[in-house]
Amino acid sequence: MNSKASSRLTRRRVHLRIWLGGGVIGLVAIAAIFAPVIAPHNPLEQDLISGLLPPFWVDGYNDVFFLGTDSLGRDLLSRLIYGARVALIVAVIAASLAAILGTILGLLAGYYGGILDTVISRMVDIWMAFPPVLLSIVLVAVLGTGLHSVIIAIVIIDWTRFCRVVRAETLVQKEQEYIAAAVTIGLGRWKILFREIFPNVFPLLITLLTLEMGIAVIVEAILSFVGLSVSSDQATWGGLIQEGRLYVYQAWWVMALPMACIIAVVLAFNALGDGLRSLLDPVLDR
Amino acid sequence: MNYLLRRLLLIVPTLFGVSVIVFVLLRVVPGDPIAMMIPPGATESDIDHLRQLYGLDLPLFDQYLSWFAEVLRGDFGTSISLRQDVLLLILSRLPATLELALAAMLVASLLGGALALVGIYWPYRWPEAVADGLTGLNQAIPDFLWGLIFILLLGVLWPIMPISGRVDPRLSFDFLTQFFLVESIVRGEFALFADLVSHLLLPAIALALPLTAVITRTLKSSLREALSEDYILLAQVHGYSRWRILIREALRNAVIPTVVLSGVQFNFLLGGTVLVERIFSYPGIGNMAIGAVIDRDLPLIQGLILTFAIIFVTVNLLVDMSYRMLNPRVSHE
Repeated sequence: MNSKASSRLTRRRVHLRIWLGGGVIGLVAIAAIFAPVIAPHNPLEQDLISGLLPPFWVDGYNDVFFLGTDSLGRDLLSRLIYGARVALIVAVIAASLAAILGTILGLLAGYYGGILDTVISRMVDIWMAFPPVLLSIVLVAVLGTGLHSVIIAIVIIDWTRFCRVVRAETLVQKEQEYIAAAVTIGLGRWKILFREIFPNVFPLLITLLTLEMGIAVIVEAILSFVGLSVSSDQATWGGLIQEGRLYVYQAWWVMALPMACIIAVVLAFNALGDGLRSLLDPVLDR
Repeated sequence: MNYLLRRLLLIVPTLFGVSVIVFVLLRVVPGDPIAMMIPPGATESDIDHLRQLYGLDLPLFDQYLSWFAEVLRGDFGTSISLRQDVLLLILSRLPATLELALAAMLVASLLGGALALVGIYWPYRWPEAVADGLTGLNQAIPDFLWGLIFILLLGVLWPIMPISGRVDPRLSFDFLTQFFLVESIVRGEFALFADLVSHLLLPAIALALPLTAVITRTLKSSLREALSEDYILLAQVHGYSRWRILIREALRNAVIPTVVLSGVQFNFLLGGTVLVERIFSYPGIGNMAIGAVIDRDLPLIQGLILTFAIIFVTVNLLVDMSYRMLNPRVSHE
């Protein structure tokens, strides 16, 4: 009876998700790109007399520091803005590289089958037997701290997410009639794989990529929280949380603000990913 | 039987692969583990002696072989930072992690089940909307952030819960096992049990919430499917109440896929303990693992990762077997 009405509602909700998610990410991205212009202070500038100042809604607020300061008197707002830089750089680069690696291996395993498929699938099995958080921590400990290590660790761990899905989807696409048609008109294997199968896997890939960016933000936060991401004076959201935890009884906002940033960005990536999934693949929806 | 054997044999290459990767990975570490443990002023010969002691002077392949042979004999080596037997260290901490993971599993099942039932019982009304919203949050926010949120809200701003450790250090007790929760019930020490639970609750809920989302979604879709079956119509004709039909008829049939999925997800839960234990200073193997990485304690890291991997493949095997037992439609080939 009201299936039409409810599907219209769902569609409106899908668009709302995409706009909301995309909007939040867009705002954070603008803040990150133009950080030197937007940030009111140098994020590294210490002012030891004004340490742990509260944000604007708490008594004792100093209007020079809109969101207050950390224990060394560094401006929290500026550190959050610069932290967004690190988070988004890791999200975009690491997720894209993991997507490229996983997609190539998934396409090859799904399309060629045989020994190649066995080897790749077995590797995925072995990978899945590692606890991912522990593996990322070990990897960064091995590679040494720094942004590139965080990115490499995420790629090494998360390519399997793409590989599994793309392989399964390739297996489905391979059996479709248009592939038989392409074979009949004499297209080569590589052409079939990249010109015919890949475009049909692509929508799924975009959704996965968006969700993976949210995951990458979390992993970066975890690693900087444990103290294994970039150097400790560079501002990261995870590092701010770790620092805030030490002073949480005097100044809870130092821990709460970066947490709020992470939650907002992660929810935004999820909303965007979910929205795109419904939009690009209507069959999957419900 | 044949199938079981094949599955068991498949475990071997997986564990072998894990052990090789871990071993090679940790040997290419730029930092020298010996450098971490020598006191300042150690002579060159002291360092060589230590290197020999831990077998670090041998070629990589020989190191691996001797390590693997010892692991097969149940000897995981000696922890460099704690100077104790790795296997004993892990065994003393493992029960704490298992109790935490199982408690989280319980929370996830109860909460996930409740949210699914609410959504099915009041479809397209505000209770379903609330349950869906909660499920969305549960899915999007990772366990370690939930942990931090709980610490902030219930530990600091409104301090009603303990946020650190496994038990109040002022309570002294002498237990045979490390399964404190179980043993305190068996011994009838309920005050101690209550304290253990109050420490366990927040980390367990933090771990459970992402899994809750998975359980809610799976259970809801299989409940919907079950409710469209003929026997539900029959029950309605019988005049049973909606709750009764939902719980006693539909849920009973819908629960199998959820049980199987929760088994698979148990591994993610164990992986999550690493950080959640760290955040709540909970003395399990996850917390120990982060400490081991920070201390570059190679034997301990190897032992811990191998322990995690063994649990992972065992759980996968059990899930697979139980699925085949619960669902006769899956062929045994």
